[in-house]
Amino acid sequence: MSHPSPKLPALPRTLLSLLLCGAALGGAVSAMAAPVKVGLALDISGPFAALGAEARDGFALGIKQLGGKLGGQDVEFVQADMAGSPDQAKQLVDRMIQRDKIDIFSGPIGSNVALAVGPTLFNAKVPYLSANAGPSQFAGAQCNAYFFGTAYQNDQFHEAAGKFAQDRGFKKTVLIAPNYPAGKDALGGFKRQFKGQVADELYTKLGQIDYAAELAQLRAAKPDSIYFFLPGAMGINFIKQFVGAGLSKDITLVTSGFSADEDVIGAVGEPMLGLFNTAHWAHDLDNAANKAFVAAFRKEYNGRYPSVYAAQAYDAILAMDAAVKQSGGNAQNRDAVVAALKKANYASTRGSFKYANNHYPIENFYLRVIGKDAQGKVTNKLINTVLTNYGDSYADKCPLK
Amino acid sequence: MSGILVLEQLLNGLGYGLMLFLLAAGLTLVFGIMDVLNLAHGSLFMSGAYVAAEAHTRTGSFTAAIVIAVAVTVVVALLLEVLLMRRLYTRDHLAQVLATFGVILVADDIVKMAWGPSPVMAATPAALSGPIELVEGLPYPAYRLVILAGGLLVALALYLLVNHTRIGMRVRAGASDRPMAELMGVRVGRIFNGVFLLGAALAALAGALMGPIVAVQVGMGEAILIPALVVLVIGGIGSVRGAFVAALLVGVVDTIGRAFVPMLLRATLPPATAADLGPLFAEVAMYALMVVVLIFRPSGLFSARA
Repeated sequence: MSHPSPKLPALPRTLLSLLLCGAALGGAVSAMAAPVKVGLALDISGPFAALGAEARDGFALGIKQLGGKLGGQDVEFVQADMAGSPDQAKQLVDRMIQRDKIDIFSGPIGSNVALAVGPTLFNAKVPYLSANAGPSQFAGAQCNAYFFGTAYQNDQFHEAAGKFAQDRGFKKTVLIAPNYPAGKDALGGFKRQFKGQVADELYTKLGQIDYAAELAQLRAAKPDSIYFFLPGAMGINFIKQFVGAGLSKDITLVTSGFSADEDVIGAVGEPMLGLFNTAHWAHDLDNAANKAFVAAFRKEYNGRYPSVYAAQAYDAILAMDAAVKQSGGNAQNRDAVVAALKKANYASTRGSFKYANNHYPIENFYLRVIGKDAQGKVTNKLINTVLTNYGDSYADKCPLK
Repeated sequence: MSGILVLEQLLNGLGYGLMLFLLAAGLTLVFGIMDVLNLAHGSLFMSGAYVAAEAHTRTGSFTAAIVIAVAVTVVVALLLEVLLMRRLYTRDHLAQVLATFGVILVADDIVKMAWGPSPVMAATPAALSGPIELVEGLPYPAYRLVILAGGLLVALALYLLVNHTRIGMRVRAGASDRPMAELMGVRVGRIFNGVFLLGAALAALAGALMGPIVAVQVGMGEAILIPALVVLVIGGIGSVRGAFVAALLVGVVDTIGRAFVPMLLRATLPPATAADLGPLFAEVAMYALMVVVLIFRPSGLFSARA
């Protein structure tokens, strides 16, 4: 039974729909090749929401600059909020593989999410560009040809901080991390490069709010420096309370870029001035690709400086673009895409880098300090290179050649 | 272990406890009098922190920020009471938990829409941003002393209100035996409205005061809700005095668990074992306290209904 529209008489309505059909058909014919399908995990809610939002902005800028294409091919971006939850991510990735038939995947912030979705993607032979998480599990014996830790291997950030503490000649340091696997790995990574005295290792509750008890122990231990790995809000709380306790006068605070990036600076502000931290990228890193990226990002997002997470996400889009182009535009040919990805032949915001046999980068790590820019805005400033062409400590256990 | 360290940790424990008390006082009164379990109490705490952070940035005055945060949150609580809570009085606890849990999700999304997913900045007032030397060799954060003083003042004011005023008497009557109080002419429903708004104001005050030392972010109310509920259970449902004692107990036990137990373990056990066991003891300390209290006093330390 038909329902005639109250506004349009039947004939014009039919003509109109015919016209619309024609337009749609024309569009489809001109596209010719099937579009590349890219699955993007966004973590814009859940524990990594702030970092996920940074990554989303980086992805969006890269996609916009490429006119929504990769290697000149039309692209369909399948985006989903995985909320930093391994269970939710696994379901969404299953759907992306089975229903959407994605050709490339990128996104999750958390290492726990990366570990959850990795095997599914590897089974389906979908190249997985990890734009942030760099779990050690995929770096060693369980490495996989389809996995690319495009950003870093988790330990590297902490090893760089340890190297800085060692070079700076700190004698006595205290380490703080939450009591969970990544926390222990972080302190292990720091100690791999730091040879001075570790006076104490404090493990806190994951998600702890109040650090007064730990700060009192710090005051009693009288170290010359502290290394802390407290991701997200934990780091924000710790820094605020550390400065409030007046400890910043006598003790140098050292951290990895995770706890000293633009998202944390925005929440803490001035008390962070003078905080040393290490990362594989900085917004004032001097190369053409990075300058163009930072300028475009600040123009797009109201003068906000990009964080590491935004730069990494943007980089992942560039890496995909280069890989689709270099594989002859055929994203369905997985081996060609993987071979092209492995070359890392594109203008990365961190300058040129190459992959080790386990598909984790061999790259530079930099020392940054939080200071003020010309406009008086609190932000990170690059000081020098701490580790040059530095690989990870698991590559030799990976059977890939 | 020096005396100064013990003193400092004791102050830390008291400060944390007083903050828990501000949250638990409202929660225990609402639960005690109306038998309504309001999980959205943590969202009111978040509201206080966000509004205070925003108001502080705009007005530049920390005092004004606290007043605005409390006022705005009380209005929010009034809306919440009229639109939702009234419909829940006669329902069972499961319905209350589900409905107020829904409020948490909605509140988190509203905050995320208004302020974005990243934590926002809540500055410490400049005059209080440094430490004060309490005794020789113990510089203590000035701002934490303000929290201590604020918490004690509120506790005293609540004590006077509940134990030495007519309104307080009716509140206590409603908490210990509602049907009898109603028979005696106490309009428990009306009193409840007031108590609910008072609880919201206390939660907002806690949020506004906590903002400068913690991350003001989406979901911050959920993290502190669990310890607040533990305080409510230990103190005895409906008792402000119980909430006060229990909050201080939880605060001090939590701090001891985090500060001294790992230290003792490290002194006696191999470092690796101590590093594994220490945090475990710290995490369990609060719940262990609850279990011990409940074994000896199943309805809490000072239950209003005992």
